[in-house]
Order: sequence, then C-alpha cells, then structure tokens
Amino acid sequence: MNQYQAFYQRIDKALQNDQLRRNFRSAMDGIRERRLAQFPDDRELQTLRFQAKGIRNRSLSRQAELLERLETKLTENGIQVHWAETPLQANARIHEILEAEQATSVVKGKSMVSEETDLNHYLEQRGIEVIESDLGEYILQMAQEPPSHIIVPAIHKNRFEVAELFQKFHPEQPYTDDVDELTGCARQVLRKKFAYADAGISGVNFAVAETGTLCLVENEGNGRLSTTAPRIHIAITGIEKVVEKLSDVPPLLEILTKSATGQPITTYFNMISRPRQPGEKDGPEQVHLVLLDNGRSRIRNDDELLDTLRCIRCGSCMNHCPVYVHVGGHAYGTTYPGPIGILLEPQRLGIDKVGSLTSACTLCGACGEVCPVRIPLPKLINRLRAEAVEATPGDNGVPGTGALRSRSEALIWKLWKQIYTRSRIYSAFKYLATRLRHIKPPISNGWTRYRPIPTPSSKPLSELARQQGYDDE
Amino acid sequence: MSSARDNILQRLRGNRVDLEQPEQNIPPLEAWSAEQRITRFTENQEAVHGEVHTLPADQWIDWLAKELPKRGLHQVLTGTGDTGNQLGASNIESCVFHQYDQPIESWKPELFSQIDVAITGSRCGIAETGTLVLMPDRDEPRLMSLVPPVHIALLDATKLYQSFAEVIEEERWADGLPTNTLLISGPSKTADIEQTLAYGIHGPKQLITLLLV
Amino acid sequence: MNQPDQIYFFGTCLIDLLYPKAGLAGMALIKRQGVKVIYPANQSCCGQPAFNSGYRQEALAVARAQLNCFPNDYPIVVPSGSCAGMVKHHWPELFAGQPDESQAIAAAQRTYELTEFLVDVLKLKLKDLGQPTRIAIHTSCSARREMGIADRIDSLIAQLSNVQVVEQAHKTECCGFGGTFSIKQPDISGAMVEAKCEALLATGAESVISQDCGCLMNISGSLEHQQRELPTQHVAEFLLQRITGEGK
Ligand code: SF4
Repeated sequence: MNQYQAFYQRIDKALQNDQLRRNFRSAMDGIRERRLAQFPDDRELQTLRFQAKGIRNRSLSRQAELLERLETKLTENGIQVHWAETPLQANARIHEILEAEQATSVVKGKSMVSEETDLNHYLEQRGIEVIESDLGEYILQMAQEPPSHIIVPAIHKNRFEVAELFQKFHPEQPYTDDVDELTGCARQVLRKKFAYADAGISGVNFAVAETGTLCLVENEGNGRLSTTAPRIHIAITGIEKVVEKLSDVPPLLEILTKSATGQPITTYFNMISRPRQPGEKDGPEQVHLVLLDNGRSRIRNDDELLDTLRCIRCGSCMNHCPVYVHVGGHAYGTTYPGPIGILLEPQRLGIDKVGSLTSACTLCGACGEVCPVRIPLPKLINRLRAEAVEATPGDNGVPGTGALRSRSEALIWKLWKQIYTRSRIYSAFKYLATRLRHIKPPISNGWTRYRPIPTPSSKPLSELARQQGYDDE
Repeated sequence: MSSARDNILQRLRGNRVDLEQPEQNIPPLEAWSAEQRITRFTENQEAVHGEVHTLPADQWIDWLAKELPKRGLHQVLTGTGDTGNQLGASNIESCVFHQYDQPIESWKPELFSQIDVAITGSRCGIAETGTLVLMPDRDEPRLMSLVPPVHIALLDATKLYQSFAEVIEEERWADGLPTNTLLISGPSKTADIEQTLAYGIHGPKQLITLLLV
Repeated sequence: MNQPDQIYFFGTCLIDLLYPKAGLAGMALIKRQGVKVIYPANQSCCGQPAFNSGYRQEALAVARAQLNCFPNDYPIVVPSGSCAGMVKHHWPELFAGQPDESQAIAAAQRTYELTEFLVDVLKLKLKDLGQPTRIAIHTSCSARREMGIADRIDSLIAQLSNVQVVEQAHKTECCGFGGTFSIKQPDISGAMVEAKCEALLATGAESVISQDCGCLMNISGSLEHQQRELPTQHVAEFLLQRITGEGK
C-alpha cells in the first residue's frame, strides 16, 4: 500500500465516524471562541505576534551559542545535559539513566517530543512501567491510542467513551460518566502512581539559557508532580526550545496560552533550575535534560523552511484548520497533526514517507493567520508540494525530495502548460470546449463523486468581450 | 564529550542563519495603583476559580481559626518557617498541625492521603493574571502547594506586581533562580474530557489567597 | 490611487471558460465609471493551479505568458480573490531570480481584485433598483486572508438598500475547493463543501454571492449534486443586476 492509499483509508475512517466529527467540531469551535476572546484588540495581537516571532528568530539565529550557554548554566546548577541526534539515542540515554538508578517505574507529564521518539514503548519493552499522568494522555494510554491533538490529546473521545475505559481498567471504581467524577477517579488512581514512581519524565516549553531554567506550562499539576515527587526527573525536549533570556519568557508565555487554550495564563508555570539542594525536603535528587535534534538542525539548511522551527507548539493552527476539524488528528497518521504536522513531518520523516500529507490542505490561510509566531504555514506547505514533485539537487534539503513525482501527473501539467502558454492552442481549446459543452468527458474522479462536471459557457469571455467592443490591447 | 553533542552543534554552526527580528516593544501597561492591583488580582484569581480574601495583616490566624473548622479542614500542613511556627503556636480548635520537617521520602503516603490543607506564604503576586508566585524552599517545600486538596497562601499586598515581566525585572531573576519557581493561577484543573472544566485533577481543588493589607 | 483612464481586465481561466457573464459584468461595472477597459486577447491563466500543485516550472511558464499581455502601466483588475492573490503575492515568489522578475513585481503591485478596485479606487456608489432579497455572502479564503479585502464585498453590498445579508455559521471557514485539493482529497473536500452548503441553506438566503468563481463552482456543484435549490452568483453580476434593475 503506498502512502496515499494508507492516508485515504485513515481519512475515510475518520469521515465515516459521525460522533468523532461532532466531537472535533464542537471542541474546535469552543477553543476558537475562547482564543478570540483573549485578543479583543487586533492591533495588540499583531504586535504581540511580531514580538514573539522576533524572540524566536533571535534564539534560532544564535542557537548553537545559546545551547552551549544553556548547557553551561544547567551544569552549573547541577542539572545534567544529554544530547541525542536520533529518537533512538534519546530513548537509549533515558533508559541508561533509569537503569543506573534502578528505576523501574516512571510517571510522565505531557511531552510531544517523547511521542516523537515513541519513548513509552521503548521503556516498556525493557521492563519499565510507564504511566502517563496528564488526564488526556492517561485516557489514551488505556485506549492504546496516540494523541489526536498536541494540546488536548484525547479531544476525540467523549465522556461515555472515557467512562467505558475507566470501567474496564478500574473496575474497583464505581461507573460514572460525569466529568467531575471521572476526574476524581483519575485523581485517586494516579495519586498512587505518583506516590511510588521512581522517576518522572516531562517535556519542556522553554529552556532559558540565561539562568539555566526549564519552564513547563500546564493546568493539571501532573507536570509538577512528575517533576517533584519522584527522586529522578528527566526532561526531554527539541533543541529549538532554547530561548536566550528570562525576559523573553513572559511574551512567549502569554501568546502561547492565549493561542492554545484561550487562557490568559495556565494554572501552573513551573520553572525548574536545580535538583534538590542540601536541606530541601522534596524535589528530585537528579535532574536531567535530554536535547533531541531529530532532523531539526537539518531544517535550518533551507532559508525558507527554517521558519518551521519557530513553532511553540500551541496547536492553534490545527484548531483553526478546516481540514483538521473534519478529519481529526489520527487521520494524519503522524505524531504532529494539522498544519504544523503537514509542514514538519515530511521534513522530519521524509517526503517519501509522509509527503502525501501536503495534499490535505486547501491553502485557505486560516493557520497562518492565527500562528502566534507568524509561521507562514500555507506558503511553506505549498513549498513542500514543490519539493514533493521536483527533486532539489544536493542532499542537504528535505529528505525524499521528488519522491511523489508521478509521470502521468507531470504529463498533465506539461500539457496544461502547452495549452495555457500558446494563445492559438488555448483559443482552439476553448472553442472546442464551449461548442461541445454538452459532451461531458467520461472522467470520474474525486470531483465527480460530490459534484457534476461543470458545463462550459456557450462562448468564452474572450469572444464575448470582443463582441461587446472591448479593446484587446 | 559526547559526539552527538558535537555533531549537533557543528551542524548548527555550519548553517548559521540570521533571521529578521522584528521586536516591536509592546507599549507598557499604564501603571496601576495599589488598589487597582488588588482589584485586578482578585478579579483574575476569581475568574479561574480561586478564592481571595483581603484581610488586615494581623488577622490571618483569626480567619483560619474561624474558617478551617467550618470547612472541615483538620489535618493542616505547615512549613517550618515563620508562618508555620506562628500557626503551630496558635490553638485552632479541631486542627492538627503537621510541620513539613522531614524529607518527603519518610512520609510520602501520609502526605498523599492524610493532609486536608496546606498553608504557605508566597513570594509575590501578579495582578494582570491573578497569579501567585512561590519560591519553595527548605521551610516551605514544593509539594505543599501541590499535593493537599486545599492550598491556602498568604500574600503581602505590597508585593503585588503588575505583570510577570515586571516581577522578573524588579526581583532581578536574571541573576539566578532557586531550585523551583512557581506561578500559580487558580486551582488545578483539566478540560481533557469533552472540554469540560473540572477542578482538582492532580493538585489542589481549592486555592485560597489571603491577601494581607 | 486616483481613478485611472484605463485598466487591464484579467478575466481568469475559470471565468473565461465557465463564467463569462461574471467577467462581462465586472467589465461593465468599471466601464460605467468612465474607465476604459482593455481585455488583452492573449491572456489565459495566472499559473495558480500548477503553482499550488508543486509544478513551479510550468506555473512560471504560464505566468510569464501573461506578463506580455499587460505591457503598460495600467492597473490590472482580476474578478477573483485567489487569482489576484496569485499575481499579487506569489508572482514575486515565483519569478524570484528570473530575468523578468522586476516586471512580475511591477505587475503584482498594480494588481487589484475587482471589489477592492471598485471600492478603493473607483469609490463606487451604488443605487439599488432591485426587488427586496435576502442573500448570504461567501468570501473566499484568498480574498479574506491572502488579500485582506473581505470587507470590500460587504461594503458594496451594504450600499444596496433592498438587500438583506444573512450570516451563515462558520462563515470564515473554507468551502473545501482549494483547486487541485478537491481532486487530490475528494472526500475531505466533499465533506467540507457539504458542511458549507448546509450552513448556507440554514440561513434561508435566496442566493449566495461570492467574489470567487472557484468557490461558487464548488458550492453550486455540491448543491446540484445534493439536489438542493440555492442559486449562486458572482458579485459582479449581482451588483450589475441590482443597479440596472435587470434580472430578478
Ligand atoms: S505552527 Fe504556529 S500555530 Fe501551529 S502549533 Fe506551531 S506555533 Fe502554534
């Protein structure tokens, strides 16, 4: 099965599921509204977006220097820094840390980078118990499904589906489909895990070079628990998350939380700068940071595509995407769904693997309009479409470039070019199309599944304009 | 020295980029008066389900003496600093005070299951977002504001800043931060099921700020 | 910009072949203001279909063929948000580093979408001679976001005293056309356009007006497929009918 067929199958499955589509529609409508309410003044919003873009650009421009400074600062503070070029290296490193400390149980806070490396499976295969502690992630762990959204991972499930999962996995708890009670039940179950887990694993939203500080944004408190209760804390993040100064944090935080969930600030903003100090009575004895590359440094090779790296993972682009709202996150089949997924995943995994994602975009521009760091998503997605069918020379660019070129498609565009660049042929083509307009070409393609083939006019505009006396030069 | 590190840094140095940095400085908020800051803090904290009580600075123990029994909060966790000591010395009816004076390892199960409420101080507050700033330390460890179902924090109204940016600047955070610095805005919550807000998923279900004036 | 003496009309391939009446109406609206309208005979397509499919060489060749159609310094008026957006925003990108880059940029700079031109340059004043009617406006995504001119069509229609505008749910959401998207991702496109039609039908509007024939082709096609009755019309045609009192 080629990647297109697999993609179509996932899409078909999503579109057949009315419940799923209703869940996404209402959730996305709600998030859009809440976001908008946070930005009553468009001018202010635009200024804030420019500022956020500037901060991210500054850190990307000086990334090597800032990462080194971050490493130095963290090391001074007693936090151990590890580097990984590939997901496998990151997983192996984390496993080594756990093994050295004989840690056999882990609680995790939400981390998309760990989804990227498929860390849970890696550790579980090596006999380590891994519990997701973010409520959404925990629900998905029971359901054995990947997240369908980067911020609200279980958005595709309704409360009855969640209730069923709880009943199946925690029969000792009375059945309920009340959200408050389900939440209470999760608290009970997960508390026990927090009380004995050896290690906590978390993501990072911003890593501040100036002070050697790891910043985590969350509402639930599971991130705080994962990074405080166990004796070891391992944070994993992409190398692009480094920012220069503490003063860079407030504007980024503001636009992140407002864009992501429509909150002026999240419940917790957790800034970790050291492991437990002598005399302190809680907090992990060891704090580690794993910095993952996984293709990110390569993305910088391209002057245009490197804008991808500004992303602060707010999820706003998917919340506003008309395709995402209809098919949901699983249809994409990649760790990151929605517009940022379409842009990032082919660059990370290769056009030959997931380049077909670029077709799932109408270029409507809704994502680019809301992106807090002004990533020109539609423009870059369109650029990837060019990468997909025209191989760029050299091996520095997008992996798998040119892999989706098909002879027949290329031929159609050649033909199209011939017609539309030569006015004589174009006129002849129009003459035929209009005079024979009721003879429909016997094509059946995707278009005709949902609409008839449009009927040409009896005469083209060029003829009518001339008849009505408009000059032609 | 790991080779992954060198490879990554080398690649980053190899493709230097110089991106446009359109940093438009946001015009600063108009400065709020002390009263305005109190009002905004209170409004914003309440908007996220937090409870704020403004009290004269010498009356917080009286408030607790009245409220704790009324709310059925008996097992009270305190720190070992000033706040904790004052509380320990107080004689609030029907309350048992536990001082967080041992490393967590020796009493984790009790903390997770037996404490009703923790009472801490706070470093400062942020009016614009209704945020408490905590810097947990040996006297008031990190888990106090997280594990018990109710967290009561004292906040000195004169330490109410307008914005997060102002806190970073005025408190000179760039010079270095302690083990853990926390911004807390409301009780723990989740909207992971059907986007419906539910409180107390992992942290406190109730956050009460005693704003001391 | 002041009212020019003459303009080039770039009819677009879709209007040329499928919706010439919309093109004629657009030209008539401009001509009525005393501006000479030139319809260059050799024009064909802005290159967008290939550009949005990744075939940039082909797109460039077709776009280049248009450059010669607009040799003078006159404004270029395009009765479509997406084709105007292609010229204005993507020609500079497409021609970057080419010998005729500066020509392409110059063309981009004097390109207007039709409603934008009517409002910003001609400052068109309209007097409604039509019967009372209720319409829904579907603004194309390119007009709304790429060109940032969603309010132009609104302000033109607001001048029509007998026209009531009703608003559909999810008004700013894409109709699902997306050019070749509708062929490469037919099922998503189909789902999107059905949702759009449903929202439009729910308004009780008597017709749907848009500044883009791509959206109209998609929406009207889906309505026909579903055997639902709701006329669609390009804004130029609609405006011309209202001010001449012809049509309904
Ligand atoms: S691309 Fe922009 S909108 Fe999408 S997740 Fe990243 S920062 Fe948010």
